[in-house]
Amino acid sequence: MMTSNDDKPYATRRRFLIDAAALAGGVSLALTTVPASATPESMRGAIRKVLGEASAKKGKVKIDLPPLIENGNAVALTVSAESPMTAADHVKAIHVFTEKNPQPNVVSIHLGPRAGRASVSTRIRLADSQKVVAIVQMSDGSFWSDELEVIVTLAACLEGV
Amino acid sequence: MARALINVPAKAKRGDIIEIKTLISHEMETGFRPDNTGKLLPRDIITDFVCKYNGQEIFRAELYPAISANPFFTFTTVATESGTISFEWSGDNGFSATESAKITVE
Repeated sequence: MMTSNDDKPYATRRRFLIDAAALAGGVSLALTTVPASATPESMRGAIRKVLGEASAKKGKVKIDLPPLIENGNAVALTVSAESPMTAADHVKAIHVFTEKNPQPNVVSIHLGPRAGRASVSTRIRLADSQKVVAIVQMSDGSFWSDELEVIVTLAACLEGV
Repeated sequence: MARALINVPAKAKRGDIIEIKTLISHEMETGFRPDNTGKLLPRDIITDFVCKYNGQEIFRAELYPAISANPFFTFTTVATESGTISFEWSGDNGFSATESAKITVE
């Protein structure tokens, strides 16, 4: 009787320690894996929607962004593609995606041979240091991509008013 | 109506590639920002921008909340004929704005 009563606190303490360790492990696992993979996943989903069954090759496109961004609220972005921009061979569309913004899509631009040059500039918001991906669709149906890692010190989108 | 600034060269040589710059005043509220009571402010953005050269579409963009406030675009087109280049923005809550510029092609 005495011994089993003495045993009990040990058992529960051991139990507690095991549970605590498991919980801590679980939490740290969640912290390291979930935020890193949740949104790149949705970016892949958004890219898949544009590509359909096709796949994008590296090259022909260039993203121009400052590598170190002080203010993520307005970041100058230029996307340019190598293309003669003739009726037979031109850029049809330019899509830009981000990995860690609340929404993966940034902008989708539709061009034609009348553009003369496949180069577009705008200003975008970046919520975090992350990867920016541009996908270009050519008139022959092929897709080309470029990606760039950027560092953002002041994030956009999420702060309160 | 929202204020829009556009920059189109007044004159161009036929076949030249001209640069067009556009800027429009708009908050571009993302829908992801809380106000001071913690409630999310509803999304209010420009979703579409179309540029037409004598009625023919030459540039179109679909905008998402990741476009900065006061959306700005620079793009190019080939000067083919004299006429009008028109710009049209539309978005949430029935937002709509138009602007146009004349160009003389020699």
